Amino acid sequence: MALVLNEEQVMLKESAAGFLAQKASVAQLRALRDSGDERGFSAAVWQDMAEMGWAGIAIPEEFGGLGYGYTGLGLVLEQAGRNLSATPLQSTVLVAATVIAELGSEQQKQALLPAIAAGGKIVSLALQEGAHHAPLQCALSAEPQGDGYVLNGEKVLVLDASAADTFIVIARTAGAPGDEQGLSAFLVDANSAGLTVQRRSMVDSRNAGALTLANVRVPASDVLGEPGAAWGGLIRALDIANIGLAAELLGVSLEAFERTVGYLKERKQFGRVIGSFQGLQHRAAELFAELELARSIVLQALHAIDAGEQDLSLLASAAKAKLCEVAQRATNEAIQMHGGIGMTDEHEIGFFIKRARVVQHLFGDYNYHLDRFAQRNGF
Amino acid sequence: MSDLEQFRQQTRAWLEENCPQSMRVPVKGFEDFYSGGRKPEITHPDQKLWCDRMAARGWTVPHWPKAYGGGGLNNEEVKILSQEMARIGARRALDSFGISMLGPALLHFGSEEQKLEHLPKIVRGEIRWCQGYSEPNAGSDLASLATKAEDKGDHYVINGQKIWTSYADKCDWIFCLVRTDNSGSKHEGISFVLFDMDQPGVTVRPIKLISGSSPFCETFFDNAIADKRNLVGEAGNGWTIAKYLLTHEREMISGFGAAAKKSMGQMAVEAIGTDTSGRLANSVLRQTIAQYQLDTLVFGATMARVGDEAKAGQGLGAASSIFKYYGTELNKRRNELNLAVCGEQALGWEGEEYHSGALSRDWLRSKGNSIEGGTSEVQLNIIAKRVLGLPDA
Repeated sequence: MALVLNEEQVMLKESAAGFLAQKASVAQLRALRDSGDERGFSAAVWQDMAEMGWAGIAIPEEFGGLGYGYTGLGLVLEQAGRNLSATPLQSTVLVAATVIAELGSEQQKQALLPAIAAGGKIVSLALQEGAHHAPLQCALSAEPQGDGYVLNGEKVLVLDASAADTFIVIARTAGAPGDEQGLSAFLVDANSAGLTVQRRSMVDSRNAGALTLANVRVPASDVLGEPGAAWGGLIRALDIANIGLAAELLGVSLEAFERTVGYLKERKQFGRVIGSFQGLQHRAAELFAELELARSIVLQALHAIDAGEQDLSLLASAAKAKLCEVAQRATNEAIQMHGGIGMTDEHEIGFFIKRARVVQHLFGDYNYHLDRFAQRNGF
Repeated sequence: MSDLEQFRQQTRAWLEENCPQSMRVPVKGFEDFYSGGRKPEITHPDQKLWCDRMAARGWTVPHWPKAYGGGGLNNEEVKILSQEMARIGARRALDSFGISMLGPALLHFGSEEQKLEHLPKIVRGEIRWCQGYSEPNAGSDLASLATKAEDKGDHYVINGQKIWTSYADKCDWIFCLVRTDNSGSKHEGISFVLFDMDQPGVTVRPIKLISGSSPFCETFFDNAIADKRNLVGEAGNGWTIAKYLLTHEREMISGFGAAAKKSMGQMAVEAIGTDTSGRLANSVLRQTIAQYQLDTLVFGATMARVGDEAKAGQGLGAASSIFKYYGTELNKRRNELNLAVCGEQALGWEGEEYHSGALSRDWLRSKGNSIEGGTSEVQLNIIAKRVLGLPDA
């Protein structure tokens, strides 16, 4: 597959750019934050996006989606990154729908994917338990009881937690933390008895939360796939998720960079625009080169998903690690080059550095993925 | 069978029959590349044979038109040829500045007569070319070059000095930037001329580098003669051609050192060992290597993307500046890591036990990559001004 966008993809990118800039911009994120909105996103905007097909963009046509593949979803995520659009695109479409597609039975896919594609269902993955992404260390317990399981434990950083209808809870039906065997994925209704959803206020003003499960009963029919055998599908879904997040980080970084270059051309000190100083020019040029590299690895990784490559781990960790590095540099430079105005809440540039750090952290940060990249390369 | 499939079969059969076994072994270093010319450097007698056989089909430069001695192959066919050559490990038959630099410039700016005169000799490896660009006082600021060409009707008389002329002592002809007019701005009045180095007015003196080798020369012109038939483009329009050519040069330099056989991580594991988790035993070095390998992968993806975009008729104006800057910095990182990973083994200068100092000499040579063809700082200036539109100081 050539590393270029086809005509259909270019049109998709342009329509996403236009829509999100108008309906789900940084200003809207600020408004949601300032009004203390409980859902953390606009249900009406999400419905519009679903009508345009974006909620089912990577979902196969047989399950009610558009079947555009992950390259298409990546393009929308990049635009969402540029606009810091607050929508359930990440939680439900990128992550949850992918986990369901990887692990679910035919029947489970039929029950869930068309509803997600129609925008009628918010689903979110509940995976992380400690301060860091460490999927193998998962300890939340699932004890067999009667014709089902009883779940006990806690989860953090569950995206769109307070808006979700259903959670995919990763739990241990066997084995000990560190074991691949014994991890299972459970569909847990948000209204389940014993489940407490707590909205947490995060630095990016988006809608993440914590779950407490106290004797939550789940029927055996709500195990996604085979009990105890979730690892393979989960890790592939996480690879795909990280590639999608890399696409979002690309958008965040490009937008922060372009706004910063714009500022360098406006702001005057010592009687001239500060963009004429070579000290700043070289830093901007280096960052431009890094961003061009970042574009390439994101596109290559997205194409690899759509080409059906069996092992995505190396490319996924490469894309996430590189984009974490570039996003960190781009947003740090954005604040520094904006100077004092960049430190104010009134200016929008601060929203980019905040969102970047949360996305960097999600499902493994730079350190996690660079370490994994080295392991995959045999050292 | 499709035409392309048929082409593949025929190519495969021809290569099987015509590529000598000795040319199916990997090159050991730069010295094994064959560049042709009147006084060719040869490390194996089959190099010339292999070059002649390939040249007879135009396959030393397969994408150039047949009218100029090239292979006349389309992109698909060129790809198949290189795949089939890779399949049997065949070396490239000919590597030269004529192919990578002068040829593209002549195809773009040369007259029909010039193309017919010079291109076939490049394809056959008969004439080896060098580039006369930099001068002692015109390095990064190339346009301030002062080598003077006086108009004598049907020829120019050239006086001045070039420096960093790659392999000038081994080359036959030079493509040279000279000043034909001093009256306008420094970018005006530069002309692009070709002339034979084998004449009394040309003196070449190799420069010994910190790496111990002498790939570059000082080249002096004392009433050297260039026939006016060999002025490329209009007089005074040489800067346009120079810029075009620098683009090719930057792409070429950025590709240096791209193909290492073993990954740096593998080399480090062999040299240092792993801990019980299988990770390289030195965690500080491990991170540096991982960052380097990540950037190498991502840089490769970028070369592929820009190549695909060019084929699709899109393009990134400043791509060559990004490549030159990033590729050479990456190559310097690789060479520093060689030293870190191989330790004492990389510090040897002579002797079998140190492979004649290959690692230390390559390391020192790599320092020049971010200087020649426009320094990294000049590349960053170009990106800042031409791509990002930042104003001059």
